[in-house]
Amino acid sequence: MTTTQARPAPVTPAPSAPQTGGWLTKLLSLASAMFRGFRRDRAALFFTLLFPLVFLIIFGGLFGNQGATPQKVLEIGSVPLIDQLPAADRAELDKVLEITKTDDRAGALDKVRNGDDAGAIEQSGNTVVLHFSAANATVSGALQGVLSSFVQSANVAATGQPPRFTLDTQQVEDKSLDYIQFITPGLLGWAIALGATFGAAATLVTWRQKKILRRLRLAPVGIPTIISARVVFTIGVALIQLVIFVAVATSLFHLKLTHYWWMSIPLVVCGTLSFMAIGLLAGARAKSSEAASAIANLITIPMAFLSGSFFPITLAPRWLQILAEVFPLRHLNDGMLDVMVRGKGPASVLPEMGILLGFTVVISAIAAVIFRWEEI
Amino acid sequence: MASTIVVSEIRKWYGDTHAVDGVSFEVEEGEFFGILGPNGAGKTTTLEIIEGLRKPDSGNVTLLGMPAWPRNQQLLPRIGVQLQASSFFERLTAREQIRTFASLYGIPGTEADKMLDVVGLADKAETRTDRLSGGQTQRLAIATALVHGPEVLFLDEPTAALDPQARRNLWDLLREINAQGRTVVLTTHHLDEAELLCDRVAIMDHGKILELGPPATLVRGLDAPTRIGVETGMLSVDEARRLFPGADVATDEVSLIISTREPASVLSQLADRNALRGLAVRGASLEDVFLNLTGREYRA
Repeated sequence: MTTTQARPAPVTPAPSAPQTGGWLTKLLSLASAMFRGFRRDRAALFFTLLFPLVFLIIFGGLFGNQGATPQKVLEIGSVPLIDQLPAADRAELDKVLEITKTDDRAGALDKVRNGDDAGAIEQSGNTVVLHFSAANATVSGALQGVLSSFVQSANVAATGQPPRFTLDTQQVEDKSLDYIQFITPGLLGWAIALGATFGAAATLVTWRQKKILRRLRLAPVGIPTIISARVVFTIGVALIQLVIFVAVATSLFHLKLTHYWWMSIPLVVCGTLSFMAIGLLAGARAKSSEAASAIANLITIPMAFLSGSFFPITLAPRWLQILAEVFPLRHLNDGMLDVMVRGKGPASVLPEMGILLGFTVVISAIAAVIFRWEEI
Repeated sequence: MASTIVVSEIRKWYGDTHAVDGVSFEVEEGEFFGILGPNGAGKTTTLEIIEGLRKPDSGNVTLLGMPAWPRNQQLLPRIGVQLQASSFFERLTAREQIRTFASLYGIPGTEADKMLDVVGLADKAETRTDRLSGGQTQRLAIATALVHGPEVLFLDEPTAALDPQARRNLWDLLREINAQGRTVVLTTHHLDEAELLCDRVAIMDHGKILELGPPATLVRGLDAPTRIGVETGMLSVDEARRLFPGADVATDEVSLIISTREPASVLSQLADRNALRGLAVRGASLEDVFLNLTGREYRA
């Protein structure tokens, strides 16, 4: 014998009667094959789990602490208005301004010009002068507001009269409501849409290209079992995304969930189904996974922007808001905001769930009609 | 007893092309049957119709006594199909692949593991399939087709792109599978493979079967001349033509080739002249039958 490999052991005899197992065993076996494949796919892990988290961290970091970080301000020489503030008022001021004393007037103005400090304050007699840079209009505006309010209070105090009017501002939502409360459900919805759509599209095309679909057709396993396995896997991934997102947002950015937040679980399930349907539609006939990705991008990118994942859709013109209604992500985001942060009850999201399921049925039906088992 | 596979007058059109144009044959239980043909001859389409993956436009196929179309859940566990080497789930190990396929047939994982032994891949069980060699991948593909103990095994060009060692190793495995009583149907364009393995071969071209029979019978039926070669210079071309008037004589820098239907007389006369240095005698092979039937022009 010319071969170097081990001689094969005898083939076991064929079982007399053909065996077939239960559909549930087959379903779980297929779903676990998909899950193992996913776990080892670094690119897929990055795009479904890490990439959206990066956005959460960027958005959370950018806007989450808005106004909370004190602005750096220079005090040139002595400014009695600030120096003679009562301790309680001074503490209040220190929350918004980080004041550094300096005697170098020219150097201070240079620093403001370069953007190192937000402003420089000096006082001559009863006039307080604020030096600011027009290059940083927002911060300068805020700074002028803060200082003028202190000057006004000092004026009132100088009259010896108690102030007649006071202003108290109150947010309509929970007092703790922050930007993070709005961005977490939106970004989570986007992450789920990304994972489910691209996963379904790419898998369908690859399985067709690699003839795995054909291999499955030759096995005694029903098409509903194969699709259910994919559904179980995709929902599993979406729920992992939900857990990771909520964990990061609550621990790092102080997200506060309202009472019925758990209603986001059935919402996510319905949303995932509709995104999977979009993915199946994209992959139903595409000849390469690149083509399927392009089609999926064509749908998911406008969908993410118009569904309020990155900014509130109420900022958009009326016609665009109406157009956005055709996207399932719009309804998922709305539903998740309702139960996760707006504190609405479980029944309030039933219409959204119905819309998402209806969307799934329609899109899947179209996908099934144009679907091809083989490349021809 | 009825034949394991009965193919009668199947036809399949793709647009104006007759991919399969009236093919009929039967395969007996336990037979090793080969379908040979150049690219585009209709081999694969014929195989797919028999497997029940495609519906013929006319004609029908009976597989193990049941119609092959439509998809029949009773029939599927009794047949095994080895597809191209790449038909595996992504990023799974050899063991995970075979266990997944086994579960679709209700075969427990431990049974599936044994099949890795059968094809000599036990030491590669934890290796991901994208890291297996070509030969190992093909053997795993055959293992997944065999895992449920099918009565009929279909192989579509199983040794394509394998090196000579891996091919011979796979032939041993296929002979063994056939020796267990399983019917094997294979397509190939390696003629030596068909000649060595198959009990009978069907030579196809342009969607039709041109010849069908045991390889040896087909070769004998060709009545092709035997080619006798000796080193150039042993005998001049003119002398050879004078000595063997019935033969065809040709030469190049290396050999003098005499194609004859009376090899015994040519050989004895060459021996008398002590002109046997570099002797090579080659009888007709299945390749000659094939080229005689399908022509020599190149088809991409």
